[in-house]
Amino acid sequence: MTDIDRAHALALLRQMLLIRRFEEKAAELYTLGKIRGFLHLYIGEEAVAVGAMQALTPEDGIVATYREHGQALARGMPAGSLMAEMYGKANGCSRGHGGSMHFFDVSRRFYGGHAIVGGGLPVAVGLALADKLQGRARVTACFFGDGAVAEGGFHESLNLAALWKLPVLFLCENNLYAMGTALARHQAQPDIRRKADSYGMRSDAVDGMDVLAVEAATRRAAEHVRRGDGPFLLELRTYRFRAHSTADPELYRTKEEVTEWKRRDPIDLFTAWLQAAGALSAADLESLETSVAAEIDEAVRFAEAGPWEPVEDLTRDVYTGTP
Amino acid sequence: MPILTADMSAGTLVEWRKKPGDALKRGDIIALVETDKGLIDIEVFTPGVLETIVVQPGATVPTGTVLAVIRDEAATGALPAPAGAPPPAPSPVVPPPPVAPAPPGRLRISPLARKLAAELGIDPAAVRGTGAGGAIRREDIEQAAAARAAAPAERPRAALERQARLRQAIAAAMARSKREIPHYYLATTIDMHGAMTWLAEENLKRSVPDRLLYGVLLIKAVALALKEVPELNSVWRGSEPVRSEAIHVGVAISLRGGGLVAPALHDTAGQSLGDLMRSFRDLVLRARSGGLRSSELSDPTITVTSLGEQGVESVFGIIFPPQVAIVGFGKIVERPWAVGGQLVARPVVTATLSADHRVSDGHRGGLFLAAVDRLLQAPALL
Amino acid sequence: MSKMSYRDAIRSALREALREDPRVFLMGEDVGGYGGAFKVSYGLIEEFGPERVRDTPLCENTFLGAGIGAALGGMRPIVEIMTVNFSLLALDQIVNNAATLRHMSGGQLSVPLVVRMTTGGGRQLAAQHSHSLEGWFAHIPGIKIVVPALAADARGFVLAALRDPDPVFIFEHATLYPVEGEVDEQAGPAEIGRALVRRAGDAVSLVTYGGTLGKALQAADELAVDGIQAEVIDLRSLRPLDTETILASVAKTHRAVIVDEGWRTCSFAAEVSARIMEGGFYSLDSPVARVCSAEVPMPYAKHMEEAALPQVPAIVAAVKEMLVAHG
Repeated sequence: MTDIDRAHALALLRQMLLIRRFEEKAAELYTLGKIRGFLHLYIGEEAVAVGAMQALTPEDGIVATYREHGQALARGMPAGSLMAEMYGKANGCSRGHGGSMHFFDVSRRFYGGHAIVGGGLPVAVGLALADKLQGRARVTACFFGDGAVAEGGFHESLNLAALWKLPVLFLCENNLYAMGTALARHQAQPDIRRKADSYGMRSDAVDGMDVLAVEAATRRAAEHVRRGDGPFLLELRTYRFRAHSTADPELYRTKEEVTEWKRRDPIDLFTAWLQAAGALSAADLESLETSVAAEIDEAVRFAEAGPWEPVEDLTRDVYTGTP
Repeated sequence: MPILTADMSAGTLVEWRKKPGDALKRGDIIALVETDKGLIDIEVFTPGVLETIVVQPGATVPTGTVLAVIRDEAATGALPAPAGAPPPAPSPVVPPPPVAPAPPGRLRISPLARKLAAELGIDPAAVRGTGAGGAIRREDIEQAAAARAAAPAERPRAALERQARLRQAIAAAMARSKREIPHYYLATTIDMHGAMTWLAEENLKRSVPDRLLYGVLLIKAVALALKEVPELNSVWRGSEPVRSEAIHVGVAISLRGGGLVAPALHDTAGQSLGDLMRSFRDLVLRARSGGLRSSELSDPTITVTSLGEQGVESVFGIIFPPQVAIVGFGKIVERPWAVGGQLVARPVVTATLSADHRVSDGHRGGLFLAAVDRLLQAPALL
Repeated sequence: MSKMSYRDAIRSALREALREDPRVFLMGEDVGGYGGAFKVSYGLIEEFGPERVRDTPLCENTFLGAGIGAALGGMRPIVEIMTVNFSLLALDQIVNNAATLRHMSGGQLSVPLVVRMTTGGGRQLAAQHSHSLEGWFAHIPGIKIVVPALAADARGFVLAALRDPDPVFIFEHATLYPVEGEVDEQAGPAEIGRALVRRAGDAVSLVTYGGTLGKALQAADELAVDGIQAEVIDLRSLRPLDTETILASVAKTHRAVIVDEGWRTCSFAAEVSARIMEGGFYSLDSPVARVCSAEVPMPYAKHMEEAALPQVPAIVAAVKEMLVAHG
């Protein structure tokens, strides 16, 4: 392994660890009542956000779902601003207006954070349309889950993007469950990538627990889109280790199934691979964990110290230009 | 009990998965809890050793209740204190709807008032309106009509009703106290010779309005004695007594027409006798004129009642919940007293303690009364 | 100044916008090759090409959402939803994205989207093609709603909407397209949020908008024959609503009749009535009256449809009832 490869690999590992520890901390803070409402954790799916993000440039756009903490962190949004947003503080990335499900960062072209399943796809199509009309060669990456594939908007969006040859990279994070409904129970055709065929669109599927495989597959897909050859549907096969959200007692799957999938924990797999390649020592790993822990502690401090938005500002930002 | 789901306010502990002495690492499942969303595992976030289980299986407790104590082996970063609430949201600031200005010469009267004025034969133009912008409303018309047929004020009736309500409130509180608090009673007779002598000399040095009544000596002695037996200065909260840092002695004041209030002399132990006298006088005045503040009624940590004026030697009071004790003083009487083996006449007072046996016992109560006695023997230090 | 039809006036505004701002483009069903379902965009695809006058498949939710995305991406899209009846398919993107993105993002995003829709009944198109739902949209904070009744406003509001950084929904009553009016093609944008008095009077305020303005003016003419001078207010904008103009009128006339083609229950007229009650209570000599559609899915047969919709005789009767009882 070359030095560049190793540095890149360690960066990938650190990002996955950051997401994992951030989500664990968020779970803890939820039980203390610091984070309220709904909390959808990304634990188990880290390789998808981290791997996919490698294929995107800072100019590319991103639309994501309510399970978007991984994407936000992988995109470089500061952990503190995300934590503060979940606390509902005014120094949160969305001024505390959205919470866990609505992270936005225009400077990083991160367009949310959408709570309506499938609601982000049309917006992604529109962003790509704007790029095409203005002659900009950039990609709009749209993350969504297997559940969204059932919505009419998924089909409309794929059709429109293919019809108009728009630079949309459709990224389906298939974690096998739409909340509590297994894929086989909501899709007559459960092979998701095949749906792109109906729209004459290129597609691919990849093991979402293997961060290097995800990176490679997303790069290939993004290249296709960036070249102007039209949209691409990439299915990333992954699994969430935690419940759908904090309100879910997981009656719909067995503990055995979860345990089985945990044997393919993306962080464990990558760590083992790096160790076998001699690229990661115990000291290296400890150093990464310590660094990540410090970043998370700082994020919590930032959130704790943040101010509450004054109630007088309640109707600010309903319209542009309201004082 | 952690907050596991969005609207959770309580949970039932179903089963402990670990026992005291077990080592715990982060992510271990320590218990199973039932919420209205179903059974959910609780995980541990910091490593340590399970020391004590506080809540037993089957118990339903509010979120935030301590379920178990874990001894923190590694000194991890301090967890932030449980959620401080965001600033209370006042009702949304709705700008008042725009009101069209009243055109000049036009009467500002509500449709209902206009109708009523017509029915009662009142000329609305002669009526002063109390609605927004001086608008005439129904009650303005009604008042105008009533003024026309003036009726005498029903003052005596209102006062009687108020008295009856007060009596009912006192009755309920006293019945509850007797029902719920296991009272025990102690009495001791205190030689007041030294205190009264000192008081007489002290009052000579003071102008008439500043003169002290012996009652403030008793109150101050009680307050200082509480420092030695602080459990008598607790308040009963829910299922256990909570020590009060501050000492606020409530002084029982009888009201004209019957009834009793016992408002607080705040920070009794810290006030000088002169200050206490002034505060006490002010309280009596305001108690009898109905000018007490609600904090004065809710703050006392113990009550002192004195029936000295009424001529009884001892009074065993009923504790005012949530206090845990009440001190009583009877009248000062001359009694034969042994001093150095000789018989002399001394002014003595019987001090009593009625106390909550859940909080203190006779031994501690006795120490308290002994302290009151001892303090009254050194009045210059009060 | 020239006389032109409502539809021609809109086309004139669209053409001007397409010419002057390369960010502007039209998107909707049959706006291009078909020339527009109501012939509003007739000829534009020939002049500006299929990229800028863009036909979409039948997917209201997604092409409206794409309009939002394109607006976020720096374009100035004018999305046409053929009629308000089909907009129901797009409600998720409208209510959950267009109206919320600014606030939800903490002020980072603006959505400069323009949406045009045809609304209203009276053409025997039956229950699924005759809705007047602009009142529903006026309920949502975060978007703006305009309802031009005259050709000049139909043109002026397109220009105003394109200059507005927030989503503006323009509702065009289906029966107005051929109606001619005076239009100054040099005029600038119309003012969103301002109602206008179309006819001065002192006996009663007739408050209305869009497709029913004509009926209100007709009713006023009939009332004038009996010496009753009605003041007619054209709201022009439902959100924001010009309460000031309404209250100033009611302060003068002391009576109000609101004419609204929506169903009476929870109609926009109910909102106007509440505002008059809140701000003009002491001016009123009579309860505020509403003339709205009957509570029935729009019938097909002509006489039934006419009975269901607000008509001139009903407006006249409502006014006279008010005067007789409390004059």
